Amino acid sequence: MTRSHFSRRGVLKTGAIAGAGLMLPTYLRAQESGFTNAPTGDTVTFGFNVPQTGPYAEEGLDELRAQELAVQHINGEGDGGMLSTFSSKVLDGTGLLGKKVTFVSGDTQTKADVARATAQSMIQKDGCIMITGGSSSSEAIAVQGLCQEAGVIFMAGLTHSNDTTGKDRKRNGFRHFFNAYQSAVALTPVLEKVYGTDRRAYHLTADYTWGWTQQESMAASTEAVGWETVQNVLTPVGAGDFSSYIAPVLNSGADILVLNHYGGDMVNSLTQAVQFGLKGKQVNGKDFQIVVPLYSELMAKGAGSNIEGVYGSMNWNWQLQDAATLAFVKSFGEKYGFPPSNAAHTCYVQTMLYADAVTRAGSFNPCAVVEALEDFEFDGMGNGATLYRASDHQCFKDVLVMQGIASASGNANMVGYDTLSIVETTPRAQVEYADDHPMFAGGTLGECAVGA
Amino acid sequence: MDAIILQILNGLDKGSAYALIALGLTLIFGTLGVVNFAHGALFMIGAFCAVTMQRLLTWSHLVVDPTRTDFLGNPMQTEVPYLASLVGVDTAQAMITWAVPLSIILVIPVMLFVGWAMERGLIKHFYKRPHADQILVTFGLAIVLGEIIRAVYGANPIQSPAPAMFSGSVDIGTYLGFQPNAVVYPIWRLVYFCFSAVIIAAVFAFLQFTTFGMVVRAGMADRETVGMLGIDIDKRFTLMFGLAAAVAGLAGAMYAPIVSPNYNMGMDFLVLSFVVVVVGGMGSLPGAVLAGFLLGILQGFASMNEVKAILPGIDQIIIYVVAIIILLTRPRGLMGRAGVMED
Amino acid sequence: MLGLTRKDFTLFAIVVVLALLAPVLLNPFPVNSALGQTFNAGYPALMQRFAIFGILVVGFNILFGLTGYLSFGHAAFLGVGSYAAVWMFKLLSFNIVPAIILSVVVAGLFSVVIGFVSLRRSGIYFSILTLAFAQMSYALAYSVLTPLTNGETGLQVYPSDPQYLAAAGAPSGPHFFGLPMAQATTLRLGDWAFTFQVGYYLCAIMLIAAFYLSIRIFRSPFGMMLRAIKSNQTRMNYTGLNAKPYMLRAFIISGMYAGLAGGLLAAMDPLTGAERMFWTASGEIVVMAILGGVGTLIGPVLGSGVIKYLENIVSKINESVLHNALAFLPDGIENFFVTVIHPFVGEGWHLTLGLLFMVIVIFLPGGLVEGGQRLAGLFGRRSTATTAADRDAARQSPAE
Repeated sequence: MTRSHFSRRGVLKTGAIAGAGLMLPTYLRAQESGFTNAPTGDTVTFGFNVPQTGPYAEEGLDELRAQELAVQHINGEGDGGMLSTFSSKVLDGTGLLGKKVTFVSGDTQTKADVARATAQSMIQKDGCIMITGGSSSSEAIAVQGLCQEAGVIFMAGLTHSNDTTGKDRKRNGFRHFFNAYQSAVALTPVLEKVYGTDRRAYHLTADYTWGWTQQESMAASTEAVGWETVQNVLTPVGAGDFSSYIAPVLNSGADILVLNHYGGDMVNSLTQAVQFGLKGKQVNGKDFQIVVPLYSELMAKGAGSNIEGVYGSMNWNWQLQDAATLAFVKSFGEKYGFPPSNAAHTCYVQTMLYADAVTRAGSFNPCAVVEALEDFEFDGMGNGATLYRASDHQCFKDVLVMQGIASASGNANMVGYDTLSIVETTPRAQVEYADDHPMFAGGTLGECAVGA
Repeated sequence: MDAIILQILNGLDKGSAYALIALGLTLIFGTLGVVNFAHGALFMIGAFCAVTMQRLLTWSHLVVDPTRTDFLGNPMQTEVPYLASLVGVDTAQAMITWAVPLSIILVIPVMLFVGWAMERGLIKHFYKRPHADQILVTFGLAIVLGEIIRAVYGANPIQSPAPAMFSGSVDIGTYLGFQPNAVVYPIWRLVYFCFSAVIIAAVFAFLQFTTFGMVVRAGMADRETVGMLGIDIDKRFTLMFGLAAAVAGLAGAMYAPIVSPNYNMGMDFLVLSFVVVVVGGMGSLPGAVLAGFLLGILQGFASMNEVKAILPGIDQIIIYVVAIIILLTRPRGLMGRAGVMED
Repeated sequence: MLGLTRKDFTLFAIVVVLALLAPVLLNPFPVNSALGQTFNAGYPALMQRFAIFGILVVGFNILFGLTGYLSFGHAAFLGVGSYAAVWMFKLLSFNIVPAIILSVVVAGLFSVVIGFVSLRRSGIYFSILTLAFAQMSYALAYSVLTPLTNGETGLQVYPSDPQYLAAAGAPSGPHFFGLPMAQATTLRLGDWAFTFQVGYYLCAIMLIAAFYLSIRIFRSPFGMMLRAIKSNQTRMNYTGLNAKPYMLRAFIISGMYAGLAGGLLAAMDPLTGAERMFWTASGEIVVMAILGGVGTLIGPVLGSGVIKYLENIVSKINESVLHNALAFLPDGIENFFVTVIHPFVGEGWHLTLGLLFMVIVIFLPGGLVEGGQRLAGLFGRRSTATTAADRDAARQSPAE
């Protein structure tokens, strides 16, 4: 066995190189300008971190379309969309503080770990100053935490869990989308009006944090108007076949089924519940009914005609008739050929709000942006007068109560878009809550972070 | 009691899907000695055959309707299925609702072809390779097939309803003397169970009562001897692969109304069906069917509220718990033979 | 040198150099060029993953490469290690030393239990047993064990956590006795920029140590025994040797490697979730090992690098990036190429992964290492004899 000798010079050389690497003067990007990824050239980069593969891929791709549209409008391309209706008029379509906006996109695969990895690459490699996107709460919470550590701004996309602006709230993170509590509070009065106060509800709940907060919120608000919660059954995520959970519902004495499911789970559980004949059966002398607290266009598309008559809630819908919505739908529809989803809307608005805050603050510094967004009152973004509350970074605005209907146009491409109709716009005052509400308590925003 | 009957029905239903996939897997393994990780993908392709049938039947041309406008204010373009102009609107509507059962005529040739192409094009070269290589190449194929479907049909689940006459539910309980609403079950799931039973019976009858089946069974037992008798076993095995693919495809197509097809459903079934095959015993056809139904029913029972109240979360792990217990007490699964896949 | 043969030492030296110079080697293009924005991989978060998954697969290779036992549940040990580390951060302090030690210990204990049960069976039955245990861990961590794992949200450190040993003024992120993992220096040379990060170098040193240990195991009598199990366990039993204890030891070592990787993942980024234990994560480990070359020393490092590169770099190539990169071509040709390439990048990166994987398994059963050898053979270079010998040694059946 021959043994070579590690030459002393070699060792010294390697050591010197390694040492040089560690002992070079610190050129931290953050230290040059005071905050992470301060834009230096004539461009500024946004990171669009959305699922492009996995169960929420379609939603993520729709978010990406809206984000690209927002960038175009900020840079003065296209018809400007909501720029003309937005109550704040500082954005003039010439980019941001004289810089052209560019973007990078990443695939989160709907996994928190991957979302964090892509966000890290956006911050460390692409020099992103702001990250937006996501279509699940675990993703949003994970990326929000990362952005707080790294000192960039996170504008959450589709995240509905109470925790995002509850116990996991962060100073650098902002949520425009509504939440599980607001869904329940907006839905309940409508349900009470239509189905009465003497109802017995059976809950099927996706067995993870979003499902739990949604169920908790629904149970609390419906019990407050006199409903009884017969049973809450936790179902595994991605079960596909929910028959074992749906089969006992009809004989349980319940006359309402609340499906606290989202995405593919909701498509399957609702379809199967209808197959089990739940819609249209008579129980306790009443018509059996199904409720889906959180709707989205893509879910409605997947569930087809099964959503007819089923109530749910949404953050925004393209069928609203205000000037902002009309402008956005026109802009999006002409570019892509179909209406925007509410996930697309929230991402578009978030990108715009960030750009506006930067312009008002006159700086990309995250602390200045945070200050500009906190307690910011605005209108003309499709949801009426809206407030970004400073104490938890949650937007407060009207919530839509929706009902599934038969397609109005009879056009197959519009299934999901025109099979949901707006029943009621619940005013903002009704969905407001204290920032230390028990379902949101336990979190602290902390200090705004600018990076190392 | 009614709850137990319901869960047995659920179990039979889930079990039929598991059994059909596991049967195909076992056929391929038993005849060709190949572990096919792309079998879940074949199930998925079957389900998308149903979707394709639906698309074919509703294949439309656009007619501009100047009296109505779309959401952008442009003249509305309505879709008129070619089928409607071919056979009349009413017949076309009726045919479209029957898309899923009609897709069987599409599934069989497509799946036979896919199976044949897979065996001749890829699997053939892996007979002599280690099982690990077979698992890996078919796993890669499963990813590729899934991605192709995603590129064509998108990632969203696609609604594919059962024919109107089967889409409701039936109150079985009233026939058995229960209260109304005690045992209500969807008709399509009953159809699915009967369909699966017929397929399973047909596969067994085919292997048992035809010369072809006899040769295949002999080949499964001792490939070399059969070869020495001058029988071209390879050609028959290729056909077996096509048959196994067709069984998986049929299982998938008829399952489409139960779980809306999406490109990833193959992966969801893959792990489960492997657990089923292994619990049944590698290479044993009756074992695969038995394990399929057994695990399906146990999963149903574990989902009952009464059981979950005692053991929370048991419904999510029951399959694996059972698999571990069976593998530790019966080393080769329920009906497996010694020396198979143990190296 | 260092108790290694010359060939092994060369290999080891290559890994050491690669690991230490990665921040430079992985950033071959200027920062602001189109190529650099697309293909540079030398940023800390990705380099950490290269090193961490390298450790994970090197450990997996000790089990699968040497004994041939295919564990399909290895991600469970990674997940358990991460949970242990984050709990240490929550309870003690952000110092990574106790966190990493505990993650290795906990993963080791976990693998004793799972290994003891699973190793009662062999072949695919073993694979299914490990898969079953991992899936159970995943399902429980996702839902029932939420108080311990924080379920789907993922376990993370809150300001309200006790952190009993945290010193005043200590960094607010993971640190090594006060040296923050996130601390980095950037070296600028003209248009190039290279970032050297403390966290990455910790991972790199761990990788080097893990790699060294793996060479020693491969070349030890114990490694020989494991190969004997792979080649013919029955014959080994006839010679009066009991394979079980050796197998269990290999399984535990491999599990501890995974625990170390999990602990490091948490140390780089103090958050962990149940999806780290899902079966696809275990599948990814197997894919990495095969891609690089099972049973070879360097293969696992290559395999994990290629997969992580695809996942992080190729998945980020969207249509506008493609248009930018191909802008030098005439419009028609540019659009043609964009149309052709687009299905394989961005959201289609899984397709590339699947195809690459099939091609490797079909044409290069020995993985990238074999590919490298064939290329080297083509050019007739003698120096690559190291890896060839390494592979021969791995493939040899010592008991015969």
